This record gives sequence, C-alpha cells and structure tokens, in this order.
Amino acid sequence: MKVHRKKRLINILLLSLLSGSGILMVLYALNSNLDYFFTPSELITEEISDNRRVKVGGMVLEGSVDRDNTTINFTITDYSETVDVSYTGIVPDLFKEGSGVVVLGYLNEGKLDAEKVLAKHDENYMPPALKEK
Amino acid sequence: MNRLYPWLLYISLFIYLFAIIWGLLFTPKDFVQGHSYRIIYFHVPASFVAQSLYAAMAISSAVFLIWRVKLAAYLARSIAPIGAMVTFIALVSGSIWGIPTWGTWWEWDARITSTLILFIMYLGLISLHNSFNNFDKADKLLAYLAIIGFIQIPIIKKSVDWWSSLHQPASITISDKPSIDPSMLYPLFMSMIGFAGLVACLVILSSKVQIYIREKNKSWVKDHV
Repeated sequence: MKVHRKKRLINILLLSLLSGSGILMVLYALNSNLDYFFTPSELITEEISDNRRVKVGGMVLEGSVDRDNTTINFTITDYSETVDVSYTGIVPDLFKEGSGVVVLGYLNEGKLDAEKVLAKHDENYMPPALKEK
Repeated sequence: MNRLYPWLLYISLFIYLFAIIWGLLFTPKDFVQGHSYRIIYFHVPASFVAQSLYAAMAISSAVFLIWRVKLAAYLARSIAPIGAMVTFIALVSGSIWGIPTWGTWWEWDARITSTLILFIMYLGLISLHNSFNNFDKADKLLAYLAIIGFIQIPIIKKSVDWWSSLHQPASITISDKPSIDPSMLYPLFMSMIGFAGLVACLVILSSKVQIYIREKNKSWVKDHV
C-alpha cells in the first residue's frame, strides 16, 4: 500500500475508533436509563417512590389473574420478587398467565395502578401442533 | 453487467414471490401469535437489508476515502435513499406487527428507537450530500459521516441484549440453533435472500443513474443517453 493511502486508512481507523468509543462511553454512562422497564426485583432495590410513573416487566404469575368486570388484577414476577398490578381496560390478545408482559403505571403502596398493559413475546416460533407434544 | 442484471432480477423476484406465497399460505400458524406472525416474512428481510445496506455504504465510503475510487462514492450516495426506504418498510411492518402482539404500534424501546435513528441517519446523509453544489466535497463528507455512523449497526443488533426491551431477542444467531421451527425458517431465509437480491437490483439501477448524473458532461454519456 502506498504511503498516502496508508495514512488515509489509519486516519479513518482512528476516526471510527474515537467516535465509536465515544458513543459507547455515552451508552455505558446511560446504561440502565436505556432499559425499557424495571423488573420486580429492581423495583424493590431501587426504592422508587410512590406516585412515580414506571414501567415494570416480567411474567404474569400462574394463577394470579383475577378478572372483575373490566378490571383485571394480576401479579408480575421475575421468579424472585413479585409486584401486584391492577388494570382497568382491554389487555392485548397475547396476555395470558405465564407469558411476558410490560405494564406502565403508578406505584401506590407497592401496588401498581396500570395505565397500559403490553404483551411481550419471546424469540420462539413454532406450529401449535409441535407445542402440544 | 447488462447481461447479468436480468438474471439477478428474475431469480430474486422468483425466490421472493415463492417465499412470500410459501410463508403466507403454506406454513403453520404460530403457537402464541397465530397468523399475525406471518409479518415476519416482510419485517425480518427489511430489517436485515436495512442494516446490511448501511454496512455496504460504510465500506464503499472507506474505499472511496482511501483509494479515491469515484465509483465507490457514487455507490454510497445511491445506497442512502434505498436504505432509507428499506428502513421505513422495517419500521412500518414492525408497527403493524406491534398492534396485534404487543398491543401498541410504537414504544420507545432500545431496538425501535435505534432503528428510527438509522432511518434518520439515512435521511441526514442524503440531505447533507444534497446541500453541496460541489460533488467532491459532498462525497467526502457523506463518506466520513457514513463511517462514523457505522457504530449504530452493532448497537441496533445488540440493543435487545444490552437493555431490557419490548422487542424480543434474536431468533436466528450464529452460535445457537434457531428458535424458529424449520417449517417457518426455510421460507424466512428464502424471503431474506429474495428481498436482498431485489434491493441489490435497485442499488444497481440507482448507481447507474448516479453515474449518468455525475459524468453527464463526458462524451460517452452523451452518446449513451
């Protein structure tokens, strides 16, 4: 490689290295602020004050769903801690016991008054017939 | 090139249509999502190609800056609008998928937001290039910015692993067995190959136009057009 081309190559590598590490440092500093939701365990360790709007994500605890008219009560778990949720409205089709969910709402004495319930699905895709096996 | 182009076009078109018909009509439905999962045959190829196009643009930008190959600059400039279009398809198809599965069409989670940034990046590169009368300057600035912006590609890729997100993690990874059943995976691979081929055809056409625009004062262009 000729000298001037080598110089350009090194310049470009330096440029990408510097800008890349700069952006990665910003992302590292932001770290958990880029998380989309808290897990129930994080909710307890972070000591989030009441009346703060939070998103909590986890699994709907099996056997915890209790429907009363349009109000639905259920528990979110990350298999170590749990948070009780109360929501009035329509939940997505994919909402069911044992599946992933993200809830937006206000913490009220450790209970979450939900404004919005979103279903989360995982990376597994398979035909229903296979699942029954 | 002119002889190979129709081959690429027709083979890609055939593969893509075959994959779409297979995926939409002849694959089983998903055990959780039912039929709505079939948007995967549009969404995944678009997202994959949107990111690959950016990588291609960054590489040709580097080739242009190091070896001063003018053609590489033309290529980078022609990829930008196509990349924007494909990213837009990925965002829209993802939104349409979001309604029946998540219950929302837009959320500011890491994957969705970083893909929106990719879209804006493409638009920014186009407008940066268009804002100069001097093509030489425009090419160089586009190339530098495209290279700096390449950092977002690994960020988009890893966004679902580094942070908690609404978007699910990758189903197809290099290290593990795909978590998609083979009956759904094969048409998905085909749709990705077909879509990539069709977009490559677009890039070729668009580069041709770019060459004509840049070399419009040359005699061979005048003879040709």
